[in-house]
Amino acid sequence: MSEAYQNIWVFVETECGKAKNVGFELLNPARELADKKGCKLVAVVIGKDVEHVAKDAICYGADSAILVEGDEYEYYSTDAFATALFELIQKHKPETVIIGATNNGRDMGPRVSCRLKTGLTADCTALDIDEETGCIAWTRPTFGGNLMATIECPECRPQMGTVRPAVFKKAPYQADKTGEIIREDIHVAADAIRTKLVERVKEVAEAVNLEEADIIVSGGRGVGSAEGFATIRELADLLGATVGCSRAVVDAGWMPHAHQVGQSGKTVAPKVYIACGISGAIQHVAGMSGSDTIIAINKDEEAPIFEVADYGIVGNLFDVIPAFIEAYKKIKA
Amino acid sequence: MNILVCVKQVPDTNEIKIDPETHTLVRAGVPSIVNPFDTYALEAGVQIKEAVGGKVVVVSMGPEQAADALKTCLSVGADAAYLVSGREFGGSDTLATSFILSHVVKAVEEKEGAPFDLILCGKQAVDGDTAQVGPELAEHLGLPQITYAMDLTVEDGAIQVKRECDEGYDLMTTSLPAVVTVVKLPTEPRYPTIRSKMAAKKKPIPVLTAEDLKIDVARCGLKGSPTKVKSTYTPSREKNGMKIAGLPADEAAAQLATLLTDAKIL
Ligand SMILES: Cc1cc2nc3c(=O)[nH]c(=O)nc-3n(C[C@H](O)[C@H](O)[C@H](O)COP(=O)(O)OP(=O)(O)OC[C@H]3O[C@@H](n4cnc5c(N)ncnc54)[C@H](O)[C@@H]3O)c2cc1C
Ligand SMILES: Cc1cc2nc3c(=O)[nH]c(=O)nc-3n(C[C@H](O)[C@H](O)[C@H](O)COP(=O)(O)OP(=O)(O)OC[C@H]3O[C@@H](n4cnc5c(N)ncnc54)[C@H](O)[C@@H]3O)c2cc1C
Repeated sequence: MSEAYQNIWVFVETECGKAKNVGFELLNPARELADKKGCKLVAVVIGKDVEHVAKDAICYGADSAILVEGDEYEYYSTDAFATALFELIQKHKPETVIIGATNNGRDMGPRVSCRLKTGLTADCTALDIDEETGCIAWTRPTFGGNLMATIECPECRPQMGTVRPAVFKKAPYQADKTGEIIREDIHVAADAIRTKLVERVKEVAEAVNLEEADIIVSGGRGVGSAEGFATIRELADLLGATVGCSRAVVDAGWMPHAHQVGQSGKTVAPKVYIACGISGAIQHVAGMSGSDTIIAINKDEEAPIFEVADYGIVGNLFDVIPAFIEAYKKIKA
Repeated sequence: MNILVCVKQVPDTNEIKIDPETHTLVRAGVPSIVNPFDTYALEAGVQIKEAVGGKVVVVSMGPEQAADALKTCLSVGADAAYLVSGREFGGSDTLATSFILSHVVKAVEEKEGAPFDLILCGKQAVDGDTAQVGPELAEHLGLPQITYAMDLTVEDGAIQVKRECDEGYDLMTTSLPAVVTVVKLPTEPRYPTIRSKMAAKKKPIPVLTAEDLKIDVARCGLKGSPTKVKSTYTPSREKNGMKIAGLPADEAAAQLATLLTDAKIL
């Protein structure tokens, strides 16, 4: 079975000609896997005007890239992307396919794996090779982050998985690295794309790029009102951070959903996550527990957020944050 | 509009505790609930039914107790419910689960005497957490899909969906029949009343078995599942971080600022 299947693929997601970071991130652990296996690492780029993404993928560690371009790939659609990736897999027979676990990656991945009748491991946070079986050992959180599971796909190829953004760091960019770019001509007729994007509505003035932020300052119900977020924003501006929030805040209408961290929002893993007035419900923690350093400010000493925090202050955020801003400015002055 | 909602009975993950000795999940005594995302999917289906007319059918694959989840659904607007149960189905991964559910769709359509216009799933089940069953079900059925729905309306035989995306949402449409997976809605799901609970109790819940589904059992259960769970472990949650308590805000803040800058965290 597995003889005919070789090489590791990383799907580098693009939209409107731009790559999402996660694709480049995944090339880093995939490079290690490919070296261990002694096989090639191939980046797969599907989009409109994205040759530069294929080149970048090589500079981030891929040996070569497969490139599919067309107008129909400017915006993501399930039908166009699943068809293109499926046809590529059928033709080239990769042994492993790794996809970023973005909304689009998790929309397309299961469509393709199901068409191939193979297994897909969801939303992984660690990758390894099982010495005994040679299979990829995909590790992923389940039960809202309470249980980690290691999954393998021993009998079907390719073995496929989606992997969370922001878990792995990009390798250094090697500007002079070169590799082959293989163009594949795959087109999907307009009437075979059954969903239509009518409008993209931006709810937020500034782009909220939580997944790629180094520092996130998040506010919860404890912030008390939309106006209360001025304090959160002030701290964020000082630290060059992005503002996040809990779902309670979105439900109350204080912040748009694009800022929400957690199981039904974004999964983030910044260097520093500062949780202000957030209790630490499992659904929130599921989205931020991968952060390098977690800092909590909460007036309730028993709040579960302190269980996952590296540093915490028990106190009223409206007293603590201004005092922190002052102290921090003094140190940096 | 004939609407099918797929619901999974799950342990309430808020209530799960880790055994400090064995480091395994303590599931005993953990209440079973309708997967929270599925309650939104059901509410969406019931709202569409109320707007344009039709019927909402719920199905769940699981052990006998999963009938309780279906009763709950019947008490908050579902018109009929089917339980899919059998030893052949145990241990199914998402490929096998979606394969079984695709047969359930056909079998229930036959029983109800009409095809489904819309199939709704939750975004993900809070135990398995894969978010794969919806798209895989759509693939088995050859239907279009829209995932991560935050709001949905039906007009002139098409469905309009607000799909969650990075900076806001995408307004998407697709023709029916289609599969949509739901993250949340602008409104919270309704509660049952005493009367609706009583009525739900009286409704029969037919059980569909492998035989009823006329399904290839080699593609179900552990046998039919390409992914295998090799091992599990509980992550250590307690970080033993440092907590500054009982100090005035300015002192606590100054201490923290010094700690963080000294450690080059900020
Ligand atoms: C299916 C499902 C999905 C979900 N998805 C998400 C998700 O993606 N993200 C998410 O966040 N939640 C999610 N939730 C909701 C989650 O369960 C919690 O309800 C939510 O996270 C609570 O938000 P919070 O911590 O801001 O509010 P609360 O739990 O109300 O906590 C407020 C905290 O603020 C503290 N506080 C109050 N005033 C002050 C003050 N002046 N100074 C300092 N501290 C103060 C309080 O002590 C308290 O700890 C989900 C729930 C379900 C069922
Ligand atoms: C620790 C662990 C890890 C796992 N990891 C993987 C993995 O990576 N890949 C994989 O393929 N399988 C995996 N599985 C198996 C998977 O959990 C089961 O197949 C499960 O039955 C369906 O997946 P889910 O819970 O993730 O559902 P999801 O795909 O998250 O559910 C989405 C929606 O589908 C519908 N749905 C799901 N299950 C049912 C049901 N039984 N009846 C009716 N509707 C339903 C609901 O509407 C639900 O909201 C894992 C299982 C365990 C125990």
